[in-house]
Amino acid sequence: MWEYTDKVLDHFRNPRNVGVIDNPDGSGEVGSMACGDALKLTFKLDANKRIAEAKFQTFGCASAIASSSALTEMIKGKTLEEAEKITNQDIADYLGGLPEQKMHCSVMGREALELAIHNYRTGDTSGKILEGRVICHCFGVTEEEITRVVRDNHLTGVEQVTNYCKAGGACGKCRDDIAAIIAKINGLGPKNEQPRPPRPGRALTTLQKIKLIEETLEKEVRPALRKDGGDIELIDVAGNDVFVALRGMCANCQVARFTLKDVVEARLKEFVSPDIVVKEAPP
Amino acid sequence: MKQIYLDNNATTAVAPEVLEAMTPFLKELWGNPSSMHVFGGQVRRHVERARRQVADFIGADQPEIVFTSCGTESNNMAILGTMEAAAERMNFITTRVEHPAVLEPARKLKGLGFNVIELDVDSYGQIDLGQLKRYLGQGPALVSIMWANNETGVIFPIREIAEMVKGAGGIMHTDAVQAAGKIPIDLRGTKADLLSLSGHKLHAPKGVAALYIRRGTRVAPLIHGGHQEFGKRGGTENVPGIVALGKACELSADSISEEAARVAALRDRLQEGILKMCPDTRVNGDQTRRLPNTLNISFLYVEGESILYHLSDLGVAASSGSACTSGSLEPSHVIRAMGVPFIAAHGSIRFSLSRYNTGDDVDYVLEHLPPIIRKLRSISPFGRM
Ligand code: FES
Repeated sequence: MWEYTDKVLDHFRNPRNVGVIDNPDGSGEVGSMACGDALKLTFKLDANKRIAEAKFQTFGCASAIASSSALTEMIKGKTLEEAEKITNQDIADYLGGLPEQKMHCSVMGREALELAIHNYRTGDTSGKILEGRVICHCFGVTEEEITRVVRDNHLTGVEQVTNYCKAGGACGKCRDDIAAIIAKINGLGPKNEQPRPPRPGRALTTLQKIKLIEETLEKEVRPALRKDGGDIELIDVAGNDVFVALRGMCANCQVARFTLKDVVEARLKEFVSPDIVVKEAPP
Repeated sequence: MKQIYLDNNATTAVAPEVLEAMTPFLKELWGNPSSMHVFGGQVRRHVERARRQVADFIGADQPEIVFTSCGTESNNMAILGTMEAAAERMNFITTRVEHPAVLEPARKLKGLGFNVIELDVDSYGQIDLGQLKRYLGQGPALVSIMWANNETGVIFPIREIAEMVKGAGGIMHTDAVQAAGKIPIDLRGTKADLLSLSGHKLHAPKGVAALYIRRGTRVAPLIHGGHQEFGKRGGTENVPGIVALGKACELSADSISEEAARVAALRDRLQEGILKMCPDTRVNGDQTRRLPNTLNISFLYVEGESILYHLSDLGVAASSGSACTSGSLEPSHVIRAMGVPFIAAHGSIRFSLSRYNTGDDVDYVLEHLPPIIRKLRSISPFGRM
């Protein structure tokens, strides 16, 4: 069992402001069932543009429910400008702290708030926008988001980043990039890149190519997908076109497109041939 | 507050009879069984008696039982020790739903360049014997397939599997840590060469386990540095633990069929009650071949950890295959291997009973669980009321 504070347990047991506001002024939704937690936040403003009412719905563990409940209590009575300043650390502090591995619950709260305010201002309802360079493809986390959690929480290690926003928590391919972002923010300059292993430059027979593709999928791609409950199947190889199908959770995941294009193709280009193009086979 | 323990696949309470049997070996009978004097001699007799109790429990002969420190050690020894001792290089075949105590040594073998095959399971958690047969055709293999799964309770057809493996000239190991003490195990009818079982899963304390090694099976020791256990496992014996394991096996053997039937009836009542009172739930794993004490059930639209905390507030201990409970970011590998859809994977709860559970325990859970699920669903953005 986790070491939750009494305040966390109280908000978990007696969550405040559960529900959805009809015709809200702002609404934000983050997470998914595939990821294991999700939060929907709605709020209404009063005549003075202060948050009069805030409600949440959360799918997730005890600390996710507590963080959401705390968030709604914290923003009530605030102007949007004030609410915007709330960091995930503020949410955690309000609860008397969260276990380090659960800090991503507080980040989910802050993200939902941001989205809801964004929705109020622009009317945009597209949900979590993957703006900027995606660093962690497994969890769809951008450079912007990583920078934000590192700054807000004074993080110094990759593992901490994983605890705060999940980035790096699956296949681990993005860990070097996360380390570089941390180094940049903390003014240490970019870390020297490790020289990559030499690429196979030989001409391959189709059979050899298929074997190599299978091997690459097995070693480089599957472990990451499996962590998310998904899998990938090689369907066909025609010249440099590689047809694959996503299975399991990945087939429904919102970040699946990124996974497919960026990760699979990048790995196959690196380990098999730079000319590979990945295509999704029709179901 | 009421305390109801329904996490017996994790560990079990030490039986009072077992505690009584082992206590003298923590008090007056503290001799080293290897010593050539009376202190050691009287202790050695008890170690050998325990060996016979364990052997009788699974239909083996006394010299086929090696005592180890835990189920994980037994599995490691069976797998790594057999591969080391093998005269010719063998493939290693296992399943995707094994305990990490099998999957991790498998990973090590892979790193050493062995051909390692993990069989898939279907949505019931069963393997395809045809697939196994094809892989067995690829050359001599060590096969390690669990007798029953710890998370779902699904029982594999081990007798049939062992038949196939032996027919193909392979070596058969089965991790029976979860099965031993819950269903009868008889190695006279099943051709397994190696079998792991662990004390703390059958009401003996932690820190003692056994590996059955069929006569003539070559296994290199994992722990070197002593002649103990027929030279197969060095180290001074955990005498109190060994005596306890022997007693626990004897106790279990006395009543295993009746207890299995009684516990199964309780489990079934629990399952039916939950299914009736909580809509949108699904039982995970093959219900026709399942340990009598285990129920793995998914509550859609809610997350496992939050269910466990509410249960724990009411004094009920269970466990979950959800990501949040383990602190990892992914749900259990067993649930994922079965292709449980993600709307259910994060909300899986395992109830595992023992001979100490009663009908009152089941009633209590049936009274208090449905409101918990209703409450969490009313909070969830996905929940239907
Ligand atoms: S890309 Fe970040 S963990 Fe896989």
